[in-house]
Amino acid sequence: MLNNVFNRMLLMLVLATMSVFIFNPVNASPVETFEFQDDVTKIRFQALSKELRCPKCQNQNLADSNSTVASAMRLELYNLLIQGKADMEIVDLMVGRYGEFVLYRPRVSSLTYVLWFGPAILILVGIIVVIIILRKKPVTKENLKLDIDQQEKLQKLLQTDDVATSNIANPNTTKEEKE
Amino acid sequence: MNKIIRFLPLILVLALGVVLYRGLSLNPSEMPSALVGNPMPDFSLPTLKNPNVPVTNKDLVGDIVLVNVWATWCPTCKYEHPYLLELSKGSQVKLYGINYKDELLPAREWLNYYEDPYEFSIFDKDGLLGVKLGVFGAPETFVIDHHGIIRKRFAGALDVRVWRKEFEPLINQIISEKKQGK
Repeated sequence: MLNNVFNRMLLMLVLATMSVFIFNPVNASPVETFEFQDDVTKIRFQALSKELRCPKCQNQNLADSNSTVASAMRLELYNLLIQGKADMEIVDLMVGRYGEFVLYRPRVSSLTYVLWFGPAILILVGIIVVIIILRKKPVTKENLKLDIDQQEKLQKLLQTDDVATSNIANPNTTKEEKE
Repeated sequence: MNKIIRFLPLILVLALGVVLYRGLSLNPSEMPSALVGNPMPDFSLPTLKNPNVPVTNKDLVGDIVLVNVWATWCPTCKYEHPYLLELSKGSQVKLYGINYKDELLPAREWLNYYEDPYEFSIFDKDGLLGVKLGVFGAPETFVIDHHGIIRKRFAGALDVRVWRKEFEPLINQIISEKKQGK
C-alpha cells in the first residue's frame, strides 16, 4: 500500500521534471533591456547576437549566455548598431578582438577548408564506394558455368575417379543405410 | 594492394582516435589574443580613485606595462593579489588595473583592504574596454611594450611559477629591445 503511494509520487515527480525540460527549453535568459529606434535595427541585433559566440561559455551564443563578458559584448553590439555600423563591420571588429573563434559560422579560409568541405568530400567518397560495389558483376549461375575445356577435364576426372573408388564402399551410402 | 585496402579502415580509425585523444587535453580558454601586435585600443575612462578625471590609452605608453583585469566578484583575483603586490614593488614593469564590470564602492574597499598594487585602476563599469581588448573574464593580464603595443594576453591567475614561465622571457626581451633603441 505504502509502496504504491511512493511509486505514484515518484512517477509524478519524474513527469514534472520532464515537463520542465519539454516546455522550458531556455531556462537562462539574460536580463537587459535595449531600446531600438526601428524594427530593422532590433532584428539585426537579434540576428547578430545569435551569430556571435560567447567566448567564455563556448557553446552558447551572445543571446543565450548570461556571463559577464556576453552582457558586455551585447552592450557593445548595441552601441555599434546605434553608431550606424554595418553588420560586416561589426563582425570584423569582433573578430579583430576575439579572433575567428567568435563566429558560429566560421569563414571559408585555408584553416577551415576541412570544416567546410570535409563532409561533402566524405559523402562523395561514400557514394563512389557504393557505386563501385554495385557495379561489380554479381555472382550468378551464368558466371559459374564451366566452358567446354573445363567440362572435358571434369568428365575425365570423374571417370578415373569412378574406376578408383568402385571397389570401396561409398561412405555416404553406408551412413544412410545405418539410419 | 588488396591487403593494404583491408587495413585502411583500421588506420583511419586509429588516426581519428589520436586526433580526438589529443583534443581531450586541450584547454579551450587558452587562446592567443587576436590583438597581439596591435596597439592598445583607444579609450577614455575614469579611475577608481578619481572618477572625475578620465585617463586614456596615452597614459599607459612609455614604460613596459602590465594591465591586469580584475573585479571584486572574481575569486581568482583574490588569489593572485599578493603576487601583484610583490610585482608592484619591483621596478621592471608598471602595473595598471582595469576594474572590470564592477561596483565603485566595493572595488575601492577591496583596494583599501587588500592594499593597492596598481598605479591606477581604470573603472570599466560596463566592460566595454574589456570587449575592445578581447577580454573573456577576470583575471586576465596583458603585457604592453614601451611603444604601447600589446605583446601578450594571459588568462588566469598570476603567481611566481606563471611569471617565470610565461612573462619573464618576454619582459627580458622587451627590455633588451628597449636598450637597443628599438
